[in-house]
Amino acid sequence: MRLRFTPVMAVLGFLFLYGPIASLVIYSFNESKLVTVWGGWSLKWYGELFANQQIMDAAWLSLRIAAISASVAVVLGTMMAMVLVRFRRVRGKSLMTGMVTAPLVMPDVIIGLSLLLLFVAMQGLIGWPGGRGFSTILIAHITFGMAFVAVVVQSRLSDMDDAVEEAALDLGASPARVFFDITLPMITPALIAGWLLAFTLSLDDLVIASFVSGPGASTLPMVIFSKVRLGVSPDINALASLIVLVVSIGIITAALLMRKKP
Amino acid sequence: MSGGGKWGRRFVIAVPNIWLILFFMLPFLVVLKISLSEPRIAIPPYAPLWDWVDGALRFNINFENYAYMWEDSLYINAYLSSLKIAAISTLLALFIGYPMAYYIARSPEPRRSILLLLVVLPFWTSFLLRVYAWIGILKTKGVLNAVLLRAGIIDQPLIILQTDVAVYIGIVYTYLPFLILPLYANLVKLDDTLLEASHDLGASRISSFFRITLPLSMPGIIAGSMLVFIPVIGEFVIPALLGGPDTLMIGSVLWDEYFKNRDWPVASAVAMVMLVVMIIPIMILRSAQNKGAEI
Repeated sequence: MRLRFTPVMAVLGFLFLYGPIASLVIYSFNESKLVTVWGGWSLKWYGELFANQQIMDAAWLSLRIAAISASVAVVLGTMMAMVLVRFRRVRGKSLMTGMVTAPLVMPDVIIGLSLLLLFVAMQGLIGWPGGRGFSTILIAHITFGMAFVAVVVQSRLSDMDDAVEEAALDLGASPARVFFDITLPMITPALIAGWLLAFTLSLDDLVIASFVSGPGASTLPMVIFSKVRLGVSPDINALASLIVLVVSIGIITAALLMRKKP
Repeated sequence: MSGGGKWGRRFVIAVPNIWLILFFMLPFLVVLKISLSEPRIAIPPYAPLWDWVDGALRFNINFENYAYMWEDSLYINAYLSSLKIAAISTLLALFIGYPMAYYIARSPEPRRSILLLLVVLPFWTSFLLRVYAWIGILKTKGVLNAVLLRAGIIDQPLIILQTDVAVYIGIVYTYLPFLILPLYANLVKLDDTLLEASHDLGASRISSFFRITLPLSMPGIIAGSMLVFIPVIGEFVIPALLGGPDTLMIGSVLWDEYFKNRDWPVASAVAMVMLVVMIIPIMILRSAQNKGAEI
């Protein structure tokens, strides 16, 4: 039997993508703290995870920042996408496109450092933002979140026929009415996808938050990073498994819902 | 849009743009300004770039921070090493990602959608935790060594964690989806009749691949490669968790300048030079996008 190259590579590629995730999940149930020793199945590390007040506080802070920043990012990102795709005779569109796509590839260390230095300079000039923490992380996450939302919504708007919107405008509907009655329902899937993307990226950001945060505000990735820098920590395996579970359920449900639609 | 929508239109244009100018563009000017300032032991730790002396504006522009980066070989080596690590991991990711993208693009529905979903799914779980997963696998008493030792393939555990090899594995692993998606979008549009014609004319599969599929997928290859190459240059988390003391990357150097040395002017100069280094790859990416590679 002759093995074909691409299917073999594809199988190996998927093993490579899923092996590490599988090992995290399996070892989260290991009674023993050592990776090489299997101490039997146990839920001990899940218990330790929920008993760890530092992790729970950080998770709550991160979830709040992620939910608020994703929601603001959806509003700002959608406005930007509308301007770029639907508005005519707007000057400086190529500059705007540059501002929207640059945060997508800009290294986190640069975004983090530059925003931090801005906050410090503003503090000196106008006395705002008055200490770093929740609000400065929120501003940073809204900024990169809106870029991702704008790109997702932009591609949805470009694929969409604007004949219905044009017809409504010709019949005398106000632009605002056209947007809320016609455009918005049609781009809702993109808005949901954009919100989830901004939410996930915010929940996952270590570098930018480390720069713009101040004493007392530690997000979940900051706590995880300081723990795992010293080595493997089984309660973090438990946390990772829970995230994998929630994400998988979410993505698979979304895929099934999308499929039912014509 | 016309008439009563005029103010609404202005509002919709102004709000997101003011936000991005304020929190994305302006910060770069601040970084530029501080990179030209003299370091000081004060709060904030740099001298003002201009001040008023006897009623006249006086500028204190100083290129010392850039000169310092040029003289200390650490910085140049870190840039070169980052570019090398980014280039090698992009090639490795291409080697793994291209066959995967090709296979998915050629698969019939519904298998194609399922495989695509499987590529995207890891991206939605935490990046930090997926990098962390490799610590448990690669460390001396980790999963990989346990398996290889038991299978009798090696007698001594391999030392991978805290070396550049671990960094390459981590980068390829986390950035693979960014490469596969634009490549898939390109390959799925490939016209089958071209391959059939080439087959009818007697070309072998391999020859058809190198003379038809590969050249046609170039925009996808370039876009995908740049989406890996550009962010990897400034990567911090992967070298911090998987790399060792010898792993040199500019993202880590910037982090240490800020968090350990508290030298804001040098950190800013490092960031400015990093931006300049990234201009060429970003321009390549934009031209590939304009040629119709979808992202």
